[in-house]
Amino acid sequence: MHFHVADAYLDTGSVLHRLDSRVKVVITVLLILLIGLTPMGAFGAYVGFFALMMIGAVLARVDPWLVVRRSMVALPFAAAAVTLVFTVPGRTLATLPVAGLSISEAGLIRFVSILFKSMISVQAAVLLMLTTHFTDMLWALGALRVPRVLVAIISFMYRYIFVLVDEAMRLSRARDSRSAVLAGQPERGQSVLFRARTTGRMIGNLFLRSLERSERVYQAMLSRGYRGELRQLSPPSLSGQDVLVGLIAVGVGMALTGISLLLR
Amino acid sequence: MHHTVEIENLSFQYPDGHQALRNISLHIGPDEKVALVGPNGAGKSTLMLHLNGLLRPSEGEVCVGGLPVTDENLGQIRAWVGLVFQNPDDQLFNPRVFDDVAFGPLHMNLPEEEVRRRSVEALAAVGMENYADRISHHLSIGEKKRIAIATVLSMDPKILVLDEPTAMLDPRSRRSLINLLREMERTMLVATHDMRMVEELFPRTVILDGGQIVADGPTHQILNDEPLLEAHGLEKP
Repeated sequence: MHFHVADAYLDTGSVLHRLDSRVKVVITVLLILLIGLTPMGAFGAYVGFFALMMIGAVLARVDPWLVVRRSMVALPFAAAAVTLVFTVPGRTLATLPVAGLSISEAGLIRFVSILFKSMISVQAAVLLMLTTHFTDMLWALGALRVPRVLVAIISFMYRYIFVLVDEAMRLSRARDSRSAVLAGQPERGQSVLFRARTTGRMIGNLFLRSLERSERVYQAMLSRGYRGELRQLSPPSLSGQDVLVGLIAVGVGMALTGISLLLR
Repeated sequence: MHHTVEIENLSFQYPDGHQALRNISLHIGPDEKVALVGPNGAGKSTLMLHLNGLLRPSEGEVCVGGLPVTDENLGQIRAWVGLVFQNPDDQLFNPRVFDDVAFGPLHMNLPEEEVRRRSVEALAAVGMENYADRISHHLSIGEKKRIAIATVLSMDPKILVLDEPTAMLDPRSRRSLINLLREMERTMLVATHDMRMVEELFPRTVILDGGQIVADGPTHQILNDEPLLEAHGLEKP
């Protein structure tokens, strides 16, 4: 019995899947940066960026609606900006009957802009996840000179999170199979305190197991010649086509942001 | 080059005071295949960790391929000794199978072409050539055990040290692993509880109990000495 994270990766074998993962990571990061730099209320640019994402989804042969749906995770975070509607000074659109709060036009524009910008940024990340296998992403991060230690930490996390969850599931199953009740006896498991204590012990147990595992893994690394420096096979050279795709995508983003900054 | 293991009067005490090994002397010749058996807690794993310097003797000396296990020789000795841990989830610490197989040669500072060639060959040697891009977590335990062996084969070790290679395997995976070990011509020290495999594969058997070597001889002789086996919690296959 294994725990599988519903991996975000969706293999459709499209052109976007075959694109070099370094290029995809760079495009994604730069586009998110450009979206962030686009001024408030530049709705034309937002539509342009959104169209770019949808073109990406079509090229990746994934359902564009899936990309939009997954980007909804940004909504709760963006909603934290809702106070702007009431606090930014500007022309009053309406006054709420409670606490004398008034909705300002400038605040509303700012709030809606943040909402759009965060959703489109997440869409860029979702596209990256859908088209790039996690191990390729790790490799790309290493090839892009992200510090090895950080990449190694993410890599170990990805390798062992499943092992840990499996272990936790086995522990909780072992607990459940011993949680028996005799007829006529009061059920101890009802008490919140009792449950909390059991859970606490399980977490402690899991922590100890992980600690011991980390020692064994480290021994396995030492046995195979690890001496404090992690190495990676060097990346193959980029093809001109990959670079061109990257330049076009980033170029379109720069044009959108640039024009919207000029028109401000 | 002689692929030997020479252990002289090795004693080892854990920092908590537990005396794990007492006065162990063991010589393994080139291409000899030796089984290491004994009850749980006998010190089998502790002994194995001495062979590539992960643990150092409290007393006595360990020599591998003629070199004493010291700080200066550590890199060379770890290249010679392929140590495979019992649990493949400890042995395979990279998300992708190929990266795990390439880890050893890559950290031996070999040229990259050589690293790739060796990794492909090691995977082929254990019959897992189609698994290079798989995610370790998604594999069965039998597949993981084979790949765990490939992760040291890619280092081209002179001596293979395996901890319970057939534990937790179903009969079919066990059989294919035994066939794999039989075909490998290398010095081998294998800790196991699988007495049928010992009988089939290893000409020589060493029994370890309470941190001491209590028997060392031809396998058929030891496996026919029922009082000896019984005294150390073992069973005739």
